[in-house]
Amino acid sequence: MHDLTPLCALGGAEPHTDKVAGVTLTETPGHTLASVAARLGQEDACTKHLGTLLGSEAPGVGSWVRSEPISAFWTGPDQWMLSAPYDTHEDLAAQLTAHFGATAAITEQTDAWVWFDMQGDGVEQVMQLCANIDIEKMPVGAAARSVIHYMGVYVLRSAPDALTILGGRSSAGSLHHALLTAMRSAL
Amino acid sequence: MSQKNRLDGGLIDRSEAWSFRFDSQYYKGHKGDTLASALLANGVRLMGRSFKYHRPRGPMTAGSEEPNAIVELREGARKEPNTRATTIELYDGLRANSQNRWPSLTFDAMAVNDLLSNFFAAGFYYKTFMWPAAFWEKVYEPIIRRAAGLGSLSLQDDPDGYDKGFLHCDLLIIGGGPAGLAAALTAGESGARVILCDEDFLVGGRLNLETYAVGGMSGAAWAAETVARLQAMPNVRVMPRTTVIGAFDHGVYGAVERVSDHLAVPEDGKPRQILWRITSKRALLCAGATERPIVFENNDRPGIMQASAVRAYANRWATTPAKQVAIFTNNDDGHRTASDLVARGVEVVSVIDTRAEAPTSSDYDVVAGGVIDQTWGRLGLSQIEVKMPKGGIRRIKCGALGVSGGWNPNVHLTCHQGGRPVWNEALAAFVPSATLPPGMTVAGAANGVFSTHGALQSGADGAKAILADLGIKASAPALPEAEDTPVKITPFWHVKTAKRAWVDQQNDVTAKDIKLAHQENYVSVEHLKRYTTLGMATDQGKTSNIAGLAIMAEVAGKAIPQVGTTMFRPPYTPTAMGVFAGRAWGMEVRPTRLTPSHNWAKEQGAVFTEAGLWLRAQWYPKPGETHWRESCDREVMQTRKSVGICDVTSLGKIDVQGADAAGFLNKVYCNGMAKLPVGKVRYGLMLREDGIVMDDGTAARLAEDHFVVTTTTAKAVPVYRHLEFVRQCLYPDMDVQLISTTEAWAQFSVAGPKSRKLLEKIVDDGMDLSNEAFPFMACAEITICGGLRARLFRISFSGELAYEIAVPTRYGDALVRRLMQAGEEFDVVPYGLEALNVMRIEKGHVTGNELNGTTTALNLGMGRMVSKAKDSIGSKLSERPGLNEPDSLKLVGLKPVNPDHKVPAGAHLMTKGDKVTASNDQGYVTSACYSPNLGCHIALGFLKSGDTRIGETIRLVSPLTGVDHEVEVVSPHFFDPEGERLRA
Repeated sequence: MHDLTPLCALGGAEPHTDKVAGVTLTETPGHTLASVAARLGQEDACTKHLGTLLGSEAPGVGSWVRSEPISAFWTGPDQWMLSAPYDTHEDLAAQLTAHFGATAAITEQTDAWVWFDMQGDGVEQVMQLCANIDIEKMPVGAAARSVIHYMGVYVLRSAPDALTILGGRSSAGSLHHALLTAMRSAL
Repeated sequence: MSQKNRLDGGLIDRSEAWSFRFDSQYYKGHKGDTLASALLANGVRLMGRSFKYHRPRGPMTAGSEEPNAIVELREGARKEPNTRATTIELYDGLRANSQNRWPSLTFDAMAVNDLLSNFFAAGFYYKTFMWPAAFWEKVYEPIIRRAAGLGSLSLQDDPDGYDKGFLHCDLLIIGGGPAGLAAALTAGESGARVILCDEDFLVGGRLNLETYAVGGMSGAAWAAETVARLQAMPNVRVMPRTTVIGAFDHGVYGAVERVSDHLAVPEDGKPRQILWRITSKRALLCAGATERPIVFENNDRPGIMQASAVRAYANRWATTPAKQVAIFTNNDDGHRTASDLVARGVEVVSVIDTRAEAPTSSDYDVVAGGVIDQTWGRLGLSQIEVKMPKGGIRRIKCGALGVSGGWNPNVHLTCHQGGRPVWNEALAAFVPSATLPPGMTVAGAANGVFSTHGALQSGADGAKAILADLGIKASAPALPEAEDTPVKITPFWHVKTAKRAWVDQQNDVTAKDIKLAHQENYVSVEHLKRYTTLGMATDQGKTSNIAGLAIMAEVAGKAIPQVGTTMFRPPYTPTAMGVFAGRAWGMEVRPTRLTPSHNWAKEQGAVFTEAGLWLRAQWYPKPGETHWRESCDREVMQTRKSVGICDVTSLGKIDVQGADAAGFLNKVYCNGMAKLPVGKVRYGLMLREDGIVMDDGTAARLAEDHFVVTTTTAKAVPVYRHLEFVRQCLYPDMDVQLISTTEAWAQFSVAGPKSRKLLEKIVDDGMDLSNEAFPFMACAEITICGGLRARLFRISFSGELAYEIAVPTRYGDALVRRLMQAGEEFDVVPYGLEALNVMRIEKGHVTGNELNGTTTALNLGMGRMVSKAKDSIGSKLSERPGLNEPDSLKLVGLKPVNPDHKVPAGAHLMTKGDKVTASNDQGYVTSACYSPNLGCHIALGFLKSGDTRIGETIRLVSPLTGVDHEVEVVSPHFFDPEGERLRA
């Protein structure tokens, strides 16, 4: 076991939390991420493998399938982003490589992203100040690629009053500022 | 001062009296007032001075079309010039000042312009300030700007925040008058997602300004009840204080919500305004209509207003501009104003109706067939002179004159995508044409339906048609009964005998100016507009365009529709610049990207520089170092002597996988990549399709079907985009998968003769770093510090024995601390971008300065890298003769003959003895630095046939900076040209 201490994307040893009115914004470093892209000609096999892993059909366009321990959302034709708890799946990419074999290209993405959870009454109003997503019509289990303050993001709907926002790790501070400012403005 | 012109009733809340200040005087007003209504209630008609002639002006309207009553609102950093008093919502403690006057509003010395008006006709500037040309910018323009103008800026940062937001709906309804409310009710009750925007703080449009009943109650009560019903519907969003400013492509509308403008200061964290981007499936424009004035002699005195505005002030704001009011009209609507005023106890001294067949009244005097011949009153109207139908002049004392020239539908938003309105003879007005922005329809007065009943019905019908189009079943709420008066108008645009009669009051354009423009052969209406500046003020001519067109038509002997219309463009009303910026200002103007070692570098006192969006450490000053060069030189020397560490995370990293990954890279790099062994790295040059170099970097083969490609920091995104294009469009039959991993890995360069020894202290047992086991250009996936996965590359930008080591980004901070700790025994040093740059110039390595979008592999001295054994992107076009001239530019090193001289980048190279002319140019300097190892300044540059001119002394010139001295052409590899150090 190595002895290096990790930092959260916002630079703290512990994840950052903010609360404005009834909405909480939490930096959530406890997820691993890995991209899965089907190899040419292996699209069906890859999709099937993903379905097996999730215990349901692979997510289609704009969808997010949440299951234990691995969840997946669609990122492009025959491409998905998979996530799992960090504590048990730090080596998610390696596990997936074993599972998918030659049907998919797997790339570790865990630290490419900062993962924010936003929960509470008013998350829709906050998101309306952030991204051009029809958030009122976005169902639970939907995933959208969008832009917040010039930064590419994924927005996932985890509950009627909860959203997950994934943004580039290096600009985590700017994304956090954008989200927090929108919370103060909208709530 | 008492509110001497305050009437009973109205839609204001008298429970509190608010204090406000205009110029130096304090007044009282009430919640529900605008600044204009409160000032009128206090007997103040004079609110501004005109643009050019500095004539006294008061409000002409009661809405956003106002040309005259424009003031500087608030003070200090929040001061906002050119704000319309007619739309400013009063709040307790409001401060406003008049503008464009000196020394005061009542005595404005610049009003002398008015006496010189004969000299200031249309085209005055163009004709007068022709000579000398140089005087325009330095002399004439400053004088003109001081004399003619609007408000002044605070010249301070705006302390308020602005937001941008995004809304979506089935139906966007623009305007909350009778048509808009009926439409919202119909669509809302049918379950459609509706957004109703109204620019007023009280939704209801003219229902709040009129007296007639709607469904057995007052129009205002019906509006309030309807708004409450709509607000209770979860599928309807009612947005007061929200102006739709533009109609854009694909059903997108821009709307500005004034969140905090009715407050002295925005609440903590709240924006002043929000710019909403509303994506609608359909839009229904219910923007109402604007009453137009009639042009007559001295028609701009404070107190002369739209008749409908006088009515609005009386009915809604319980105020009158004066105790005695006259009306000048060409249609029945003017009489409605007279009746309403009488009902509210205001004395209507006369109604002058241009029509011989004007209706009569027992409540007020009517002059049928009369016109206003002249007006009097220096700072406000005191008397009018009426030319009687049977001859003779009648003088009437009055403090206000309501003018009604008919109504113009507010067609502005219908024109934002090129539509031109069409002339309606019956209404004597332009109405929307069939060419509307896709998805838009128009209802109510905006569509020329002027009665309340008609507006309600057309709003409901408009909504029903849209619902049917969207496949939503319409429920049909019962519409209230309302007046259905037909329009009776006989067009009358201007009193022909008038000499000084204002058409565009905001830009001080007179009827005479329009006639002059015609006389000077301005035939096109667009030319007329620009020559006279008619309609070019911030009100975009909402009250003036039509009269201007009518006068032009008359003098040209044409019909009005033959003259045509000018184009309305967004924004519909003046819009604060801040709202377009939103939150993107100051440090947040764009996102900032931080490297994994940022916190640590900050602790070391690093000086940061922007590299694209990244903040990178530029150098790490030590105590006692007073100049960046001292720090930089120390970092270079120490790295070359022992070992240095640099965060290189910002360089792009792209994961390339697939059975055809090697073949794919063989296509995108001009040099061979297919045969690169697993565990090896190769330098690669990527060409654009035109043969020019796009970027350079490395490709590391981690497995047969797995590469990691690096790019320069600047080109990380363009290269990724290019690779995706190649993958998806050029070679879709290749099995290749791409994804960026730039941010997933923290990567550090560990460079210098002691770098191996340092790394040996942190790599896990079993990893042999010896030159034999892990030679130059080797790579491996390893573990460090007891099991952390890492990637190690033996590559060197500095020319030293060097490595790049990558770990998951969350461990980047820990890794740099560990490396510094482990390197203490070697006197390890962190180095920044400056030292990195010095070392790569010493080594002759190229970077963005050399890969500048004009250079080829041949120019860079890498012509032989373009493989002839395969086809790659750009390779064929790099063979073009023009890119392969015998005297092509070649990369060279440059050293000053006099060691004290610098060799600045951007300077040009000339053959000794040649004249310094562009045609004699031999090349230019791209990168320059002071080399602490060589003890002099050095540079890289491109020189014609440079590779054959090593040893030549040439002339370095920079006429801009006065540089002119001799430099020696040398090999670009100043340091360790054989590469012994990096292979050590």
